[in-house]
Amino acid sequence: MIEQVGQSIPRKEDHRLLTGQGTFGADAQFPRMLRARVVRSPVAHGRIAGIDTTAARALPGVVDVVTAADLPSDLRIPVRIKVQDIDLDDHLQPVLARTDVRYVGEPVAVVVAEDAYVAEDAAQLVVVDIDEENIIIDMDDALDQHTIADFHLGFGDVESAFTAAKHVVALDFSVGRHSAIPMETRALTVDYAAGTDSMEVYGATKVPVFNRRVLAGMLQMDESAIRMRAVDTGGAFGVRGEFYPEDFLVPWLARRLRRAVAWVEDRAEHFVAINHSREQRHHLEVAFDDEGIILGLRADVRHDNGAYVRTHGIIVPELTLAMLPGPYRVPAYDGRVRVVLTNKTPCGTYRAPGRFEGTAAREQLLDLAAATLGIGRVEIRRKNLLTSAELPHARAMSTLGTDIVLDSGDYVGLFDRALARVDELGWNDLRERGRAEGRRLGLGVCAFLEKSGLGPHETADVQITNTGRIRVHSGGTSLGQGIETVLAQIAADQFGVSADLVDVVNGDTLLQPYGAGSWASRSTVLSGNAVRGAGREVADRLRDLGSQMLESAPEDLEVADGVVRVRGTTTNAVSLAQVWQAAQPGSRWLRPDEPAGLAARHRFSVDHMTYPYGVHVGLVEVDPGTGGVTVLRYLIAYEVGRAVNPALVEGQLRGGMSQGLGGALLEQFRYDQSGQPQTTTFIDYLMPTASEVPVVEVVLREDAPATTNPIGARGAGEGGLTGTGAALASAVSDALGLTSMDALPMDPAFLVQALATAANGVERLASQVNHYEVVCE
Amino acid sequence: MKPAPFEYYRAYAPAEVVELLTGLGDEAKVLAGGQSLVPMMNFRLAHPAALVDINAIAELDYVRREGDSLRIGALTRHRTLELSRAPEVQDGFSLLPRAARWIGHYPIRSRGTVGGSIAHADPAAEWCLLARLYDADVVVLGGQGTRVVPSADWFTGFLSTVAATNDVVTEVRFNRPRAFGALTEYARRRGDFAIAAAAVAFDVVDGRCRDVSIVLGAVAGEPLRVTEAEALVEGAEPAAPTWAAAARIAAAAIRPNADTYGGERYRRHLVDTLIQRAFAEAFASDASVSAASGIR
Repeated sequence: MIEQVGQSIPRKEDHRLLTGQGTFGADAQFPRMLRARVVRSPVAHGRIAGIDTTAARALPGVVDVVTAADLPSDLRIPVRIKVQDIDLDDHLQPVLARTDVRYVGEPVAVVVAEDAYVAEDAAQLVVVDIDEENIIIDMDDALDQHTIADFHLGFGDVESAFTAAKHVVALDFSVGRHSAIPMETRALTVDYAAGTDSMEVYGATKVPVFNRRVLAGMLQMDESAIRMRAVDTGGAFGVRGEFYPEDFLVPWLARRLRRAVAWVEDRAEHFVAINHSREQRHHLEVAFDDEGIILGLRADVRHDNGAYVRTHGIIVPELTLAMLPGPYRVPAYDGRVRVVLTNKTPCGTYRAPGRFEGTAAREQLLDLAAATLGIGRVEIRRKNLLTSAELPHARAMSTLGTDIVLDSGDYVGLFDRALARVDELGWNDLRERGRAEGRRLGLGVCAFLEKSGLGPHETADVQITNTGRIRVHSGGTSLGQGIETVLAQIAADQFGVSADLVDVVNGDTLLQPYGAGSWASRSTVLSGNAVRGAGREVADRLRDLGSQMLESAPEDLEVADGVVRVRGTTTNAVSLAQVWQAAQPGSRWLRPDEPAGLAARHRFSVDHMTYPYGVHVGLVEVDPGTGGVTVLRYLIAYEVGRAVNPALVEGQLRGGMSQGLGGALLEQFRYDQSGQPQTTTFIDYLMPTASEVPVVEVVLREDAPATTNPIGARGAGEGGLTGTGAALASAVSDALGLTSMDALPMDPAFLVQALATAANGVERLASQVNHYEVVCE
Repeated sequence: MKPAPFEYYRAYAPAEVVELLTGLGDEAKVLAGGQSLVPMMNFRLAHPAALVDINAIAELDYVRREGDSLRIGALTRHRTLELSRAPEVQDGFSLLPRAARWIGHYPIRSRGTVGGSIAHADPAAEWCLLARLYDADVVVLGGQGTRVVPSADWFTGFLSTVAATNDVVTEVRFNRPRAFGALTEYARRRGDFAIAAAAVAFDVVDGRCRDVSIVLGAVAGEPLRVTEAEALVEGAEPAAPTWAAAARIAAAAIRPNADTYGGERYRRHLVDTLIQRAFAEAFASDASVSAASGIR
């Protein structure tokens, strides 16, 4: 059988998904199931004077209405990923607001009813009396009173670098608040078994083992009485599957009412309830010598985290700082971030957290520096990219608890390869031709560093079944990224079989109680290597038993084509099913004290992340009549180390790019001065559609396998997004004849204004940030 | 996003609609294509106590020409007009099928109706612009029988018309056919509500523009005829300088509110652009030519 890793085989999950046989959060149905509806705060900040549930309770069909007063105690949702040793306990979100509400959409009560319509009718009858208090919407208004974390990351002697500098270039850059909007909203179904006081929870697909631990702690139940079933999901992208207030409330209500309870978030709720992300303001300064070589970098970042700290803690601002130097040679760096709270929806990670923001800001700084120093945008990058001879490159700072060691690669090589491809595709000519016609075309380029494979560990089980199939119980979760297929390919190669012979079950805490879930582009690297390890152990076991059955030494045997055979023969073989039989209790091949079965559990541990890298190039046209931006062409060059399934890697990159395009041009959560969200439908929150997203040219390279894992994979989940804001900003500034842009998203009204500015011979924009006063006058 | 409780009635004849509406009082709503009403109900922004479904009234689904008047039954779907190549539509009203392509997305065009759009009176709606552009008459059946309301008198502000609560729109009559016409819009995504829209119609007689109409959408509470700009184009040469001058006047004439999509200045800029483009598109021999061409 041909090696499965490296093949673009069709996705195993597609048959069930495309034939309507997928099981999503709302598909789990149980007898006498109740429906929950969350009552949310209509105001952005205030003290709860009273909640009157009388009318809601009186509505026929209503079973229960609960408020914080009914909860066991003052429950708050803990941080999943703790960094920087900063105590955030005072800022954690309660599962229901008890004394104060801090954003529009904060849960204050829950109605449980016989059906979803009655639940929504009753929710409208809950009267929440709130005395409104002072509201903070703009992050800079929160700096004095509501900064909850203020820390630095860095290395080297920054003072000296700036003192010695021939040129210092500074830029203010802001990124608008937006987030992942998965096609499937959140959904939870809890089946409660009163007889055993146990429950099964369907629908929280991402980090089920962690969520179970939190839930068991809050319910004061034994973890083994809770089974989390991570079912199919319509996308996650960082936001979906984290532990939210509802992840406690729905199971708690099921136990309280001793009945199954289901909750499906509607889209209007989703826009105010799901983790928001990205909202940051950056002040960057870079010092150069007279050759245009970077001597030092300074960053002062403000990060708006919304009303509370959620499960991601402060990893987004930390990652922003940690990844800011990117793929460049930065001898000295000092990054400071202040995390503030405002009266908006709390924030968490969104695909490429910290990197989308930081890459956009840094690359605009380089564009501005190129103009200031009078060297080309390409040249300034090529001069400052780390060379392969300089790798591995350690940066004396850590993120997510691990030191940053850029393992290996050829950043300059990939950069040149991307530009050569752009030339080959004739995009420079297109730009020139369009300009000759008087059109506003611009080409933008950026280089970026990604991170992936965050440990410290992941566990997988591999077993042989009675028909000789291979079964994988992985701790990853299937978010639509194709991890079932990827793990099947990796498992298949340990036995020399087709991936068709492998079944993968992800995210079931009963089957795999040690999984760390799927996030941070970690699953191919972590789960993949765990599956590889478990598969090898099972293959060893097959050779052990096979050597008895075939009366040959284990080292003379090979596991291939679904059989165990004497190397070099075809007939001197036993099938995997035969070996399974031989491993059953009572088998004559099994010693009396030997455990039955053909299975292994393997834990893969890793100390350091691995760092993929890439280059984005975009060709855009700005319509001066409307300020509209059309992305005409787009290229992503990406080093993935080892592509287990190249088609899936390309799919990840293309999908990421369309989300990045949204953040660069369209998507923004807006609020008015009273903290009312202005973007609560798809009319106002502009997701890119097929009409706005161009075909993306992908240059996928496997030139630098990761040195930190046996497969050599670098992770591919986020690199399609990371550089999009940067490359599109660069392309737009090129189209407008400006040195750089200073904010995302680049909205048409602003671009019309920028065009007028550029027409007056001004090349640099007066710094503007996404202030909120433009909304609703 | 589940609607509040409501009663549901289905009518089988226009008179039955009026009868039902009269009996149900002012909390009842007519359900035609439901492309605006149903989402508003799901968001609980609309709480009608009752719906009167007119979708079974087949006699309200027609397109026919009577002299200079194109009569469109209220229940005619956008998609019917979009796909129409019939001579009675093409002759003098060829803009209607082209303009219908701007309406939302394919499922919306398949379900939404001309009468529903006119009754809903969204100032960004294509049919509302076209009604003003072609001096349409709105035919209404009410308690006192049938009456014909000129579109100039129909719209009374944002999402409001002169219709009484027991009125049902039965027909829209487009008048004043003209040889040249175009409607163009700008939205940030294909299919979205226009941030601004412009429609023009005119004839060219002896090298001069005649019988000029200019209407703007999404810049005021109702579709806006720009008579000052019309007067400028009337009798002028059909050429870019004329379009530019008309656009300047129109841009100055509007008093748009600022919203999420940009302030007053931006909307004026858009109006300037869109009017020039609408005229250029209308006058181009191939009506499918748009302002941007070439590299795509």
